[in-house]
Amino acid sequence: MSGGVNTAVVDSHGRPIPLSERGPASTWSMISFGFWLFLLSDIVIFASLFATYAVLSNATAGGPTGQQIFDLKNVFIETCCLLASSFTCGLMLIAAERRQLRNFYLWALVTWLLGAGFIGLEVTEFSDLVARGYGPTHSAFLSAFFTLVGTHGCHVSSGLLWLLVMVAQVATLGLRSTVVRRLFCFSLFWHALDLVWIGVFTIVYLGSVHV
Amino acid sequence: MLGKLTWAAIPLNQPIPLITSIVVICGILGILSLITIKGWWPYLWNEYITSTDHKRIGVMYMVLGLVMLVRGFADAIMMRAQLALAQGDSAGFLPPEHYDQIFSAHGTIMIFFVAMPFVIGLMNFAVPLQLGVRDVAFPVLNSVSFWLTASGVLLVNLSLFVGEFAKTGWLAYPPLSEIAYSPGVGVDYYLWSLQISGLGTLLAGINFTTTILKMRAPGMSYMRMPVFCWTALASNLLIVAAFPILTATFAMLLLDRYCGFHFFTPELGGNPMMYINLIWCWGHPEVYILILPCFGVFSEVISTFSSKPLFGYHSMVVATMAICVLSFLVWLHHFFTMGAGADVNGFFGIATMIIAVPTGVKVFNWLFTLYGGSVRFTVPIYWALGFMVTFVLGGLTGVLLAVPPADFVLHNSLFLIAHFHNVIIGGVVFGVLAGYTYWFPKAFGFTLDETLGKIIFWCWFIGFYLAFMPLYALGIMGATRRMNHYADPSWQPYMIAAFGGALLIFAGISLMVVQLAWSIYTRDRRRDLTGDPWDGRTLEWGTASPPPSWNFAVEPHVHGIDAFWAVKHQGKELHKVSESRYEAEHKPHYETIHMPKRSPTGFISAFFAVFLGFGLIWHIWWLVIATVFCCIGVLLWQAWDTDRDTYVTAEELEDFDRRHPSLGAQR
Repeated sequence: MSGGVNTAVVDSHGRPIPLSERGPASTWSMISFGFWLFLLSDIVIFASLFATYAVLSNATAGGPTGQQIFDLKNVFIETCCLLASSFTCGLMLIAAERRQLRNFYLWALVTWLLGAGFIGLEVTEFSDLVARGYGPTHSAFLSAFFTLVGTHGCHVSSGLLWLLVMVAQVATLGLRSTVVRRLFCFSLFWHALDLVWIGVFTIVYLGSVHV
Repeated sequence: MLGKLTWAAIPLNQPIPLITSIVVICGILGILSLITIKGWWPYLWNEYITSTDHKRIGVMYMVLGLVMLVRGFADAIMMRAQLALAQGDSAGFLPPEHYDQIFSAHGTIMIFFVAMPFVIGLMNFAVPLQLGVRDVAFPVLNSVSFWLTASGVLLVNLSLFVGEFAKTGWLAYPPLSEIAYSPGVGVDYYLWSLQISGLGTLLAGINFTTTILKMRAPGMSYMRMPVFCWTALASNLLIVAAFPILTATFAMLLLDRYCGFHFFTPELGGNPMMYINLIWCWGHPEVYILILPCFGVFSEVISTFSSKPLFGYHSMVVATMAICVLSFLVWLHHFFTMGAGADVNGFFGIATMIIAVPTGVKVFNWLFTLYGGSVRFTVPIYWALGFMVTFVLGGLTGVLLAVPPADFVLHNSLFLIAHFHNVIIGGVVFGVLAGYTYWFPKAFGFTLDETLGKIIFWCWFIGFYLAFMPLYALGIMGATRRMNHYADPSWQPYMIAAFGGALLIFAGISLMVVQLAWSIYTRDRRRDLTGDPWDGRTLEWGTASPPPSWNFAVEPHVHGIDAFWAVKHQGKELHKVSESRYEAEHKPHYETIHMPKRSPTGFISAFFAVFLGFGLIWHIWWLVIATVFCCIGVLLWQAWDTDRDTYVTAEELEDFDRRHPSLGAQR
């Protein structure tokens, strides 16, 4: 990688060089671009699951419909937790970029707790449903519901693990540029999960009211 | 302790897989002991297995593809032999349950483990060189991609010896692939090997999209990129957009099989047609993932050997990107018989026919490039001409199948089989073999034997027509795909002719091995000392053959399309003309550069991925948990590894250029 070598903006005659002719981009720009692509591919996975859910949402096979089993109050609290954690994640990144170690740890902790709260509520919801006999094996609708929401939950859980690793990285390696870059990727990931959750909240939970 | 795995999984009572397994195992042991005796391990480990050099990784992809081509072809010739025999009272030599595994393995292997490694291998080798840069965007990730693909290959081949492979066809349609109808491990082998290699492919797609969009030599704007890079970009965009659909679809089928979900089961509201829709949302873009880079190869080959710029560069780019978009709008033509109704079928039929338009544009561009050129009839141009004839024919039968009423008649017949082999062999295989011959001297510093190359071409070309033209006729006569026996004696002569074609292709593949061995043996008299054996046009010919790990000692500077041609014939400078960067005697100014270090991460993650896949297939849960922790360990180890760069000094660069006076280094 020879990233960041050619950053000349004007040529020897002082004319501006078009962006596409300036040579290889900086390492930072390549990594964040590559991570964006990864996120897009992840969104495609969710798109497939959303499409599946849309097809199967009425395939209840005599079992319960969404309206009968979803607890919108619980989901509202979940949504608040996740949206708030996105905000605190932003504050965490600002602290990291300003190299404010204490603020970084504070906002990382708040982000982690909010994310863990979200997962806790989701696990409660799932185990409650299974206990009432509405597990994923009972109808195609329930399979699609558990898979779509569960995939999002798995993403948030791995985000929580990633955040723990990042805190350990900051503690051992300090806020060096590679670490801040990874924090930047983490925050992209975290915000993307928020975006997906907006879709889940709207299509799965609010959508169920009209079914 | 070992889940579902028992001694019954070893096919001791089936002579064909047993003997094949023993021969393959002996072959592998033989190769391993040869490497050990010769003391080649350190070289292999340092220069290939842990290499992060895109050229080495590209070569490994090509080797993988070649080995698997032999495997996939062995399946093919067994099927052709079976059908040449199994008429009337004769049952042939393959029992139905074995025949079903063979056609499933043939399709799976040829698409995922032959065509994909070949195409990704060519892109790996050529794209960074053509872009005038020193590596791909993420070199370690590139190695991980390759090794994950290799893990998938290993698992598929393991199914031959331990257990069984899917009997469901290459796309494992439910409900047949559901646990109720395929209770064995065959479908699990299929699903897990493709999930693992699919992850590798997705990472390669992300890597190459980033490389092409973010890493080009100074001056190389988008409309100055070689066409192969454009087609590689289109192909990788399709990988990023389509492979996640495959991952999600397989994940749902896995949940059905492992956890009793009801996505695609016929009961409790499941919908098998949804699988078929989803899988073709990936599957149709997939055929363009394969063919577009081959179009790129032909564009390079035809313009190089016509000694002319490519006719209609802009229209070629537009056509490529148009195909890239349209490829997502035609998936339903794979199952017009689903019963979606006339309007839906009409839409997808017309969308399919529209794709023929940009493809036609490309064919005319190639013809006009040849027209008036001083064409040199080398082996790659043979492949290109053979491709144009064959691919147009295959395209025409495709447009025929795009007419829904015709498709209702020909659906699932041998006519369809003939059609897609016509485009995949005539397009992808011919393209890959053209690219292999074209870039071989760049990769190894000597050319492949021309005479043998032409014989190989004729074997494949005639063999293809002999093997697949009878299948068109048989399809119209009513022969269906995936049958291992038939009653109608009038079909047999066609089946025997098709077997003859397969034998000719077998001769072609055998001669490829001979050609490789002979060319290596006689390499001293076929050396390429200039780095430019074909009078090439693009930047890869402006460095030594084989190129050093850093590709270009001094970063090239690009002024237009066909950058290296302009250097040779229009007096343009390859390196940036600026007082500060040139010394008084007008020599390139060398500067110390940093390169990625070699890394065992890819190999180690693939090692664990194989055991993870094996544990999942056989329900060996302790192995699954252990390997998941190992994979996380590898990630953490990678995260704390801060020593990733190595430096090449200006003296080393200058010394290499002095010892390898390539055309590019002198300008």
